[in-house]
This record gives sequence, C-alpha cells and structure tokens, in this order.
Amino acid sequence: MGINNILKPLDAISLQQRKQILQILKKTGRGHIGSAFSLLEIVRVLYDDILKYDPNHCEWPERDRFILSKGHGCLGLYIQLARKGFFAEDELWRVSEDGAMLGGHPEYGRVPGIEASTGSLGHGLPIGIGIALSARLDKKDFRTFVLIGDGECNEGTIWEAALSASKHKLSNLIVMVDYNKFQCYGPALEVQNLEPLADKWQSFGFEVQEVDGHNVDALLMVFKSLPFTDDKPNLIICHTIKGKGISELENNPSWHHKSRVPETEITRLINLLDSEHEKNLLK
Amino acid sequence: MRKTCLNEVYKLAKRDERVVFIGSDIGTGTLDNFRQEFPERFFMEGVSEGHLIGMMTGLAMNGKIPYLNTIATFLTRRCYEQVLLDAGLHRQPIRIIGSGGGTVYAPLGPTHLATEDIAILRAIPYMTVIVPCDAEEMKRLMPQTLDYPDPIYIRLAKGGDPIVSDPSKPFQIGKAIPLREGSDVLLVSTGITTRLALEAADILAKQGVSTSVLHIHTIKPLDEDKLRESMRAVKVIISIEEHTIMGGLGSAVAEVLAETGFNQPKKFSRLAFPDIFLEEYGSQDTSMKRFGITSENAVEKAMTLLNS
Repeated sequence: MGINNILKPLDAISLQQRKQILQILKKTGRGHIGSAFSLLEIVRVLYDDILKYDPNHCEWPERDRFILSKGHGCLGLYIQLARKGFFAEDELWRVSEDGAMLGGHPEYGRVPGIEASTGSLGHGLPIGIGIALSARLDKKDFRTFVLIGDGECNEGTIWEAALSASKHKLSNLIVMVDYNKFQCYGPALEVQNLEPLADKWQSFGFEVQEVDGHNVDALLMVFKSLPFTDDKPNLIICHTIKGKGISELENNPSWHHKSRVPETEITRLINLLDSEHEKNLLK
Repeated sequence: MRKTCLNEVYKLAKRDERVVFIGSDIGTGTLDNFRQEFPERFFMEGVSEGHLIGMMTGLAMNGKIPYLNTIATFLTRRCYEQVLLDAGLHRQPIRIIGSGGGTVYAPLGPTHLATEDIAILRAIPYMTVIVPCDAEEMKRLMPQTLDYPDPIYIRLAKGGDPIVSDPSKPFQIGKAIPLREGSDVLLVSTGITTRLALEAADILAKQGVSTSVLHIHTIKPLDEDKLRESMRAVKVIISIEEHTIMGGLGSAVAEVLAETGFNQPKKFSRLAFPDIFLEEYGSQDTSMKRFGITSENAVEKAMTLLNS
C-alpha cells in the first residue's frame, strides 16, 4: 500500500539544496547522501512552514522540538539549520574536519538547533516521548517532531516507544517515517520487511497518514492538519526515494553512505542532477 | 534500603515538583502514596528499560528530575547503550535506582545477578556510581541527588541490612568516609561489604593489628585524595566488594595505587568474585562466602600479607 511518488520535478529550492549537499561532499569526501536526499523535503517543509523556533534563542522553552532520530541523514538537516541562521554557512564546508562543529551525526549541546545526539538508531523516539511528556506536565503547547528511518524501525526500542506514546495519548508527538524502502544492505523488503507498515503503527495506537515525502505541497497539507486526533500520537509515513534527484543514486544501496568520493565524480553528479532536472521539466 | 530510598523519592517529590518517578513494571503497590498524591508525575511503565532511559533523558532535558527503579541488571546491562548515549552523552540528571545489586537475587540465578554493574557504569563519562552501605546512609544520600548535575546510578542492597554507617560523619557524594583509622592495614569497601570490613577491623584489632576502614560509597567520581591519604599510612591494602574482580572497586583502588609513588612499598589484594558466571543458587550470603568475600578471609589475607 502507499502513495506513488509523483513524478513531479523538484522545485528550485530542492534542486539547489541537493547541489549544496553534493558540494559539501566535495569538501568532505564522505557522507550519507542517499539518506540526506531522501528526507530533504520533509525537513525543509518543517523548517520553512511548520516548526516554531528562534535561531537566536535555541533554548526558547516554547519552541517546537525536531529530532532527527536517523541521525545519519544529518546533511539534509544541517543545510536547513544554516539557511535559517542557527549557525554560519561556512560550517557546512568543514563537516567532520578536525575541530569542526558539525560531524557525521548530529550532536546535542554542540550544534545550535540540534535537540538530541543521534546516530545509533532507536534513540531519538524515546527521547522525544520524554520531551512530549514534559510539555504535558508543564502545560506547554509546543510539539515534538521525530523523524525515524524505515531501517530504524527494525530496532526494538522504536516499538517499545510506540507502545508508550500511545499509552500516554501523546497527540503533541509527531513521528515521521522516512520510508524510502532501502536499508544499508538493500531493499527493506528483503533485509527486514516492515509491511504492512501503516497497519503496524495503527495497531500500536497511532493515527496514521501517508504522504509523498518529496511533494512539498502534500507535506505542507498533512503537517497543517496536525494533530490528526486529540487522543493519539501522530504517525506520518513519508514515501520517499533514497537518493532522490539523480537516477544513478536512486534506490541504489551503494549510495547509502559513500566515502573517498573524488571531486570529479561529484562534479559529474552535479551536472547529472541539472541535466536530469531539465529533462523532467520538459516531460 | 529500597523502601527507604523510594520513600525519600516521595519526600523529594513533595518538596520539588521537578521530581518524577518511573517504574519499569515493578512490585504492585510501589510508592502508592506518590501515585495518589502526584499521579501526573508517577509513571508505571512497561518492561522496556531501553525506551525508559531515553524517555527519562527527554524529561530531564526539559527540567525534570526523573528517578527510575527496577532490578539492577535490567537497568545496567539491558539498556547500557541508552545509559551511555542518552543519559551520559547528553549529560542529563537522571537517577537510576537498581534493586538487588550484587548477589541479592542469588536464589534466582545468574540472569538476575548484578555483579559487573559498577565496572560497566564507571566507564561512562559523567556517570556517578553510588553504593550506600545501609538505609541510614541512603537517607543522607537522597536529598543530595536532587540538584546534583549529572546522571547517577544507585545500587541497592537486599534490605534490612545492619546499620553500620556513622551519623556523625558527614555524607557527601564523591567523598569517601574513613570509619576507622589505623597504621598497619587499610580495608577499602563499598556497600554492604563495609560491614565486613568493620568486622574484620575489629578482629584484627584484637590481634594487635591497627586497621583503617575507608568506606567508598561513591565509586565514581572516586575520592582519590582521601584514598591516597589512607593508603599512605599503611603497609597492606585490601579491597572488599560484592562484584566481579574485573573493573570494580578493587580495580579503581589498584589504578590509584599503581599511579601513586609511595615511599613505602604496599602489599595489595582484592576480595571479589572471580571472572566467571555465578551459576550456583543459594543466598547472597552463601554466594559471598563461596568466593571468600568475608570478614574472616579479609583478616586472613591481611595477616598473610603483613607477615610475607
């Protein structure tokens, strides 16, 4: 089941952000590119139109919290945080360098705007539940958004946390699954089939909606309809494509994480991104 | 000791609304008074320790002081990565109260024995590891946990343990307590083995051996200054713990001893469980006796080393 990804061309911002990620890769030579491309529109729409935050006051108690539980997709998040003024864009060109602020996974207390240190899978959702519970205890109306991966749904703590979130009827908690259907080794269907994924979350007590995770308008619409109910946690299955934007990368597990990528290869990919985009515009 | 500890959590909750209690499906009726008076701050959750450590971390990040209680093994081994990455890396003030530390659950077998908890938790940066010796000391400890900035693990003993702590000696997290002063032998102990150390010191005194007892309730951060000072005066040092010989109190003492340049050479021995799984049933008492974690063995070791 699910939503077919609409073959709608990427808009100018999505195109530019993918180029920026490739340019970071040119500097660093390594990164989880497939995952960053997969979740890009989800985090972009959240930071553009949904989340309440103040980049000059990261500790603002009323802010919405966003936790990237699949921390390896952090390049997609870093560029939103830089764009919104949480830190200088220069930091993007030093990712993982000795002495750099930004690394291969997001770090709480080190990077402005990062709400939890993630990287080891299955940690962000339990932390998010604690934050959502604290909001309720303090009668605050901020919301907690947690983006998890489909591979991450293999972890037991995700389902422990799911039971807990529904027990506490956390309608102020929004969990998004970046459902690109590819894990590190290969297709999720083969590595660890999650289907029927929507039914699973529903049976765990979540109110579930599904959306094309690359369609900015569709994402905006589903986020604006939150909370889905008053007495259940919210779950959005975002149907995405790993490596979205460059056909060579799409659904190609060898691009889950790449290291030692030569500059010439990155330049070729940037050109490919442009040429494929132009072709899509003509369709 | 557990009853005292949880009652102290209740008292803290009465005076400070940041205090939250979380149980992981523990005994029915636990902290009923807390549940009735502060239902919104009482969480009896499922058997899901990994999730609960993360949840506590999230609560602490927003100003709460969460206390979690269940069986020690499940709060240390099962969710080690959560304790390390969630509580430790985020440096949040969560309090983990482990019931049945050491071999309290000897009748239940090796799955329930927490005999490596100190070793694995003291390897976590910012973690504080506390092993009170009795319920009276627990009463002195708990108020200090309220505003302590870092995560804390508290190892509970069996309950009904004899009171050996000295109310006249001030308790402070991170500060070892000298219970006896002597010039021949130093017995270093933690938790319920402090009673064994005191008994051994009494026996040794009768034999004319002047013995110090240093009660190290906080194994991390270790009071290295007090430990060095206590070691300086004596010829023989013996550590006594209800823990595997790998990485616990004895190892911590050995590290300080090895790196301190004493003028007078020291002789050192560790009383602890050997590096094996404890697969025999019985009781806490029989488990400890089986492996020589006794006051008699401490005396014998001390005399052997003194005369060697």
